[in-house]
Amino acid sequence: MTFAQRLRDAGLAALVAAVLALPLLGFETIDTGGPLGIRARFHWIAYAAVSVFIGRLALLAFFDWWRLRQGRPEPLQSNAPARKDILTRIGSQADKYLMPALIAFAIALPMMPFADRTVVDLATVVLIYVMLGWGLNIVVGLAGLLDLGYVAFYAVGAYTYALLSLNFGFGFWEALPLAGLFAATFGIILGFPVLRLRGDYLAIVTLGFGEIIRVVLLNWTDVTRGSNGITGIQRPSFFGFPFTSSPEDGQTAFHELFGLEYSSIHRIIFLYYVILVLALITNLFTMRIRKLPIGRAWEALREDEIACKALGINPTNTKLTAFAIGAMFGGFAGSFFATRQGFISPESFSFIESAVILAIVVLGGMGSQAGIVLAAAFLTLLPELAREFSLFRMLAFGAAMVLIMIWRPQGLLAHREPTLRLSTQPSSSGGGKP
Amino acid sequence: MEYFLQQLINGVTLGAVYALIAIGYTMVYGIIGMINFAHGEIYMIGAFIAVISFAVLGVVGITWVPLALLIVLIVSMLLTGLYGWTVERIAYRPLRGSFRLAPLISAIGMSIFLQNYVQIAQGARIKPLQPMVRGGIELMKGETFTVTLSYLQIIIIVVTVLLMAGFSWLIAATPLGRAQRACEQDRIMAALLGVNTDRTISLTFVLGAMLAAVAGLMTTLYYGVVDFYIGFLAGLKAFTAAVLGGIGSLPGAMLGGMLIGLIEAFWAAYFSSEYKDVAAFSILVIVLIFRPTGLLGRPEVEKV
Amino acid sequence: MSAAKIPLLRVEHLTMRFGGLVAVNDVSFDAWPGEITAIIGPNGAGKTTVFNCIAGFYRPSVGRLTLTNGEQQFLLERMYGNDIAGKARVARTFQNIRLFPKMTVLENLIVAQHNKLMRASGYTLLGLFGWKGYRKAEAEAVDRARYWLDRTNLLSVADEQAGSLPYGGQRRLEIARAMCTEPVLLCLDEPAAGLNPRESAELNGLLRFIRDHHNCGVLLIEHDMSVVMQISDHIIVLDYGKKIADGSPEEIRNDPAVIRAYLGEPETSEAGAA
Repeated sequence: MTFAQRLRDAGLAALVAAVLALPLLGFETIDTGGPLGIRARFHWIAYAAVSVFIGRLALLAFFDWWRLRQGRPEPLQSNAPARKDILTRIGSQADKYLMPALIAFAIALPMMPFADRTVVDLATVVLIYVMLGWGLNIVVGLAGLLDLGYVAFYAVGAYTYALLSLNFGFGFWEALPLAGLFAATFGIILGFPVLRLRGDYLAIVTLGFGEIIRVVLLNWTDVTRGSNGITGIQRPSFFGFPFTSSPEDGQTAFHELFGLEYSSIHRIIFLYYVILVLALITNLFTMRIRKLPIGRAWEALREDEIACKALGINPTNTKLTAFAIGAMFGGFAGSFFATRQGFISPESFSFIESAVILAIVVLGGMGSQAGIVLAAAFLTLLPELAREFSLFRMLAFGAAMVLIMIWRPQGLLAHREPTLRLSTQPSSSGGGKP
Repeated sequence: MEYFLQQLINGVTLGAVYALIAIGYTMVYGIIGMINFAHGEIYMIGAFIAVISFAVLGVVGITWVPLALLIVLIVSMLLTGLYGWTVERIAYRPLRGSFRLAPLISAIGMSIFLQNYVQIAQGARIKPLQPMVRGGIELMKGETFTVTLSYLQIIIIVVTVLLMAGFSWLIAATPLGRAQRACEQDRIMAALLGVNTDRTISLTFVLGAMLAAVAGLMTTLYYGVVDFYIGFLAGLKAFTAAVLGGIGSLPGAMLGGMLIGLIEAFWAAYFSSEYKDVAAFSILVIVLIFRPTGLLGRPEVEKV
Repeated sequence: MSAAKIPLLRVEHLTMRFGGLVAVNDVSFDAWPGEITAIIGPNGAGKTTVFNCIAGFYRPSVGRLTLTNGEQQFLLERMYGNDIAGKARVARTFQNIRLFPKMTVLENLIVAQHNKLMRASGYTLLGLFGWKGYRKAEAEAVDRARYWLDRTNLLSVADEQAGSLPYGGQRRLEIARAMCTEPVLLCLDEPAAGLNPRESAELNGLLRFIRDHHNCGVLLIEHDMSVVMQISDHIIVLDYGKKIADGSPEEIRNDPAVIRAYLGEPETSEAGAA
């Protein structure tokens, strides 16, 4: 494109932006308590038009420069085959080297000098999303099933623990396996009728299920207390030793056990390590199961379901397993969420949560352990670090999802390590006819 | 009996709105095989543009209702159509050759983007609209209940019927409609025969967005409030309607819309109004499990 | 004809209707164990439809498909697609090659042995804890894969992505993968399509090897007559959904009905005999 052509293209884009901006950006509605007030703020239109103009110009210039660099003429819509491009290489290196470093950092975090209550708390939130991301990765990344209702399993786990704790006095550790079990059962019930549906239909149905769960949680007030939520959920103890400044008679508090001064940060740090362990278990499990037949079957199913059927693999059962296991980890995370907050309500389990978790997997990269960690950290920390950003967080989020699909649909750090290599396999028999 | 009739009227009105939105879903699915997840937000934007336009007209001094309605209708359709066009250009066209789920994920991202765009631009509070069309006809007087058909309901139903008839004519009898149907059946062949597929696809999005804009205007007048979240729920229900009627089928979308509207109205009236959304979602799940081609759709045979 | 008394696959009165269209019309034939049976016919004759019925992709409108595997008999028309491969041991390849492109060549062959490995891993539970029995089974699976990679000349690319193989390699990989399921009947959908003469000759060798050494009958659809005539023991000819000939390559070559189907009616010409 010549410079003049680029100018014209950018000018057109700016014009479109201005027209689009006119009603929604150019006018501001004012709540007056009566009829809607309105005020013009045409300068916002100017901002929009100018930024689109500059952005489009830069984008076009970049594309032209990039094409020149590749030595190709202006291409049509092409779908270049996946070469081992730089991001894939970064992705595999990241999993090999960055992950152990991140894990070491995570273990050491609470002991670091800057780690005060806020920092550890924040890290806990990040780890919840990391675990959810790794859990959803089993369903979306490995098995290729787009689940838009993952939050339902998160909710089941949370409410299971909350109700068990409230009605039967279950402690966190007793309820944890049950939370996972219920969530997995839920996954099977949900999955059984829908897993034979095609990709996009499956996505919408799971979305529908997620919404049904939310509405039921909101309205089945007898059981779930509705929008008031459930309060007073039991906090975890250090395997029986409660974190309290004033223990009951006969009970030893945690700080007494270790001869420390009572500090509220003890429970925070304990919670942090609990979620760290849970998340690491999720990760370990995923890496292990990839090398087992079911894990390979998931990936094969993702690539070509018809070929799988022709090899004797039962697609429905295989998908159900992925769904149920992913749900189980979601349930674990949910039960942790309940115990950390001490309070849950249906508001925490809306579609947006599912979308955020999906975005973490999609942005971080399917199959990339480190990518999901980075995406979760980014998504959680950015609005915290820059308060002004929190309003724009979801906006940037949505834009990022679109951009990633256009640029690198498998995700930023996506890569695939083969689960076994012939060159490293020993031979069990002599190599003759098996 | 009177109560039943009233719910019938309400249901048909609601159904008309859903049908208008559902047409957008079904047409896009028919022509490029993707679910335009962001379509609900387009409807919401249409509603917002309507509200803002009314407010602007009020300030400017145009208050004669029929004229205001007409101006807002045209402005809203044009601007929302442009939004629909832009969304397709930015988020879907680059993904034409990509794997199957890429446009859906992109659409989800777009939906989140648009929702928050409106939320940031206009604030999170609901926006009220002064009732413009008041009054109606009393149809039946019972002891406790009078069945009324409001003028607004008449307008909504009439406009919807006219639009749907006009639209069907467009698809069946005009060159654009023929191009649209050709692209639906075999896009590559249509392109080889000289049909500008990109333009046809863009126009499909624009038309769908325009219909959604009308639906948005109707909703605004009917309920008197808009907020940035209405797109999500209405979108999901309209999508249910499209699936119920048979995704890809135009009469299916209209039929599905009516059915969903009626089901929702009756469910809310006779069973429980909190769970009325669940009714629609449950229908979605049930239809997709047991009859994914919907009522009027044709089953696809997958070639191996 | 083979000396065996019970056919490996008996197709009886197979009919397949798609709405108003009758794609396969009352087709019956037998495929014998230890033989290569070819189904040929002009385009649109219904060959792939017959295939898809046998392999479980379509449910036949009418007909019985009996697979006899030594002691066991299976009625294929009533079985689910993946059971046909898993229980009845019928393997197939695809006209348009369906590999798992992002997985390596070796992984493709290991996935083929899924059912066996699943059982060995205690349906995953034992495998999760590193049970020795599973590791042994996996090593055996790798050996079987190695064997077939060797037979199909793919050993050198075992750790490459399957999608990166050249066309001929992908075709061979599909056959290797099918053989890793230890089938009794191997169904090949146009295995020679797109292969050059050298590759076709290699394919012939491979198919003969499979027939002779692996107790596996072969059923194939093919257009390439050099492959068909050279290696088939038994040929079935379809035209317009009906069977028009059934016999040895010699018989088929000279069958007037077959000649007519492929070449059309000879034109009556005044210029003398053709």
